[in-house]
Amino acid sequence: MDVFLQTLVAGILKGGLYALIGIGMTLIMGVMGIINLAHGQLMMLAMYVTFVLNTMGVDPYVSLFVAMPTLFLVGVAIQKFLLNPLIKAETILPENQVLMTVGIGMVATEIIRFAFTSDYKYITTSYANQTFFFGNISFSTALTIAFGIAIAFTVAMFFFLVRTDLGRSIRATAQDKDAATLMGVNTARITVITFGLGAALVAAAGVLLAPVYYIFPDLGGPFTAKAFIITILGGLGSTVGAIFGGVTLGLAESMGATYLGMEYEDIIGLAIFVLVLLFLPGGFKRLTKV
Amino acid sequence: MKRNLAPLVIVGLLAAFPLALQDNYYLHLMILFLMWVVIGSAWNLIAGYTGQVSFGDAAFFGCGAYTAGLLATHLGVSTWWGMALGGFTAVAVGLPFGWICFRMRGAYFALATLALNEVLRHVATIAEGFTGGMVGILIMPSFPSKIPYYYIALAMAVASLASLQWVVRSKPGYYFVSIREDQDAAESLGIDTHLYKMLSLAYAAFWTGMAGALYMNYMGFIDPHVVFNLHDISIMAILVGIVGGVGTVYGPAVGAFVMVAVQELFRSGFFGLFKWLGDVSGSDALVRVASVLTQAHVLGFGVLVVVVILFLPNGIVGDWKKIRKAVFRLDAGN
Repeated sequence: MDVFLQTLVAGILKGGLYALIGIGMTLIMGVMGIINLAHGQLMMLAMYVTFVLNTMGVDPYVSLFVAMPTLFLVGVAIQKFLLNPLIKAETILPENQVLMTVGIGMVATEIIRFAFTSDYKYITTSYANQTFFFGNISFSTALTIAFGIAIAFTVAMFFFLVRTDLGRSIRATAQDKDAATLMGVNTARITVITFGLGAALVAAAGVLLAPVYYIFPDLGGPFTAKAFIITILGGLGSTVGAIFGGVTLGLAESMGATYLGMEYEDIIGLAIFVLVLLFLPGGFKRLTKV
Repeated sequence: MKRNLAPLVIVGLLAAFPLALQDNYYLHLMILFLMWVVIGSAWNLIAGYTGQVSFGDAAFFGCGAYTAGLLATHLGVSTWWGMALGGFTAVAVGLPFGWICFRMRGAYFALATLALNEVLRHVATIAEGFTGGMVGILIMPSFPSKIPYYYIALAMAVASLASLQWVVRSKPGYYFVSIREDQDAAESLGIDTHLYKMLSLAYAAFWTGMAGALYMNYMGFIDPHVVFNLHDISIMAILVGIVGGVGTVYGPAVGAFVMVAVQELFRSGFFGLFKWLGDVSGSDALVRVASVLTQAHVLGFGVLVVVVILFLPNGIVGDWKKIRKAVFRLDAGN
């Protein structure tokens, strides 16, 4: 029973971070209708920002305030100079934008590899390996803090999208770009802001993950894969769905790792992905309607 | 006859190539080039003509390669049986996948192919008892010389291009294009889009699997990271298609040539140019540039993806008019 509870807790804590990764992805996907295959690489960039700041003695959680604006700007630049020009180009394949994000991801990974080599980097903090106990269940301090911050961001994002003018413009663009343009929304500007926001959110996830994970250039790929599994699970463009998707994936992974074996951890995500596509196309969004 | 003249001359020249130049290095590059012609034109049918972009060509490539390798290690038969069966294994994997996943459209289908490749890579890694896991499969090549492989690859490339030309000028070929242009309109005109997308996928899987089996025979070694590789196989296939020209018969052949050349250019540090310059001039900086360049082939790929998509979205063959115009204007300016 304890093993089960422990696995449950570990899965949910991990799921909080996954939700943060997923929300960034689902925003970009919902508004622009394209899949950002550089999402994990953006997170990797944020982790390196944290690492560099940490070598200067800045606490990882403080570097949130640096990494998020930095990645926001990176996202804005990518959307403005690399993705928006593609909309105008006359091509046969609309998937060019997706391929472009693949290219961006490759370039980001390789530039980091040049700057920092492929070595694994660690951020050492006093609390990285600390745990506290609640009954018989141990909680990792860093992961619990990360979970708390992730939930705070998620809730803030939800209210931002529902209550503010900018948030409503974003949702309007996601629902119908042409109609939004007719209603006076500057959709070109909205796509740029959305990509920036998505990048900043995944940057937050990267910073929160940095103290408990190791940092290396190739870490982007697996996290991009996780991000899109979460998004498919949750339903495209759905914030609430992304939270459910993130927690589900976190739970499934830790259950799989405990009861099936570590090597199955990655396959489980993909198996869920295929199952959802088969039996619940549209993801949790179809159940929650949000 | 006249319209087929240029390809025939090129095939003739390629057939004479090993007689003129018996250097193993260039033969190796040419074999890779011909293999990429096969993969690129297969990708071009499913993506360029049918409009179903595949990000998981490595899945079919790996199926073909593993068919050849597993037949040799488990049944002890010649890996050439893999050449006969590799394509069909890839089709056997591709058809159920397509039957399930063709209900998704556009980018979502592309993601599903990505997932297929990941699943197969993990399966090949985990099933150690059957596939050898990360250790991979090592076989003895059948021929000591590269020349037989060259002619096999050439025959495959010619066969794949001829079949592509035949397919795109046949009725299914027009159906494929109509699905790319407007799937709903195609459906309403009575085209069974699901069936024709599956046919297109089967064709692409078959040729990609054949190329995989050839790779196994020629290289003699595979492991899950080599054949189910996203960057080196799937993205390379897309680049070959896009650089050459999406939706053109000969585009991927041009693309394959350019991409293999670019890859080799980076891998060898511009054929040792910078290293040679560094050695001659005794400058440390140039030697360092050489060593950086040889590590930068993925970076070069990434930059190439970005540049090609921004400036030549329809590829060299597709945008040939644009290129010619730009060049002529340059001439007029001079």
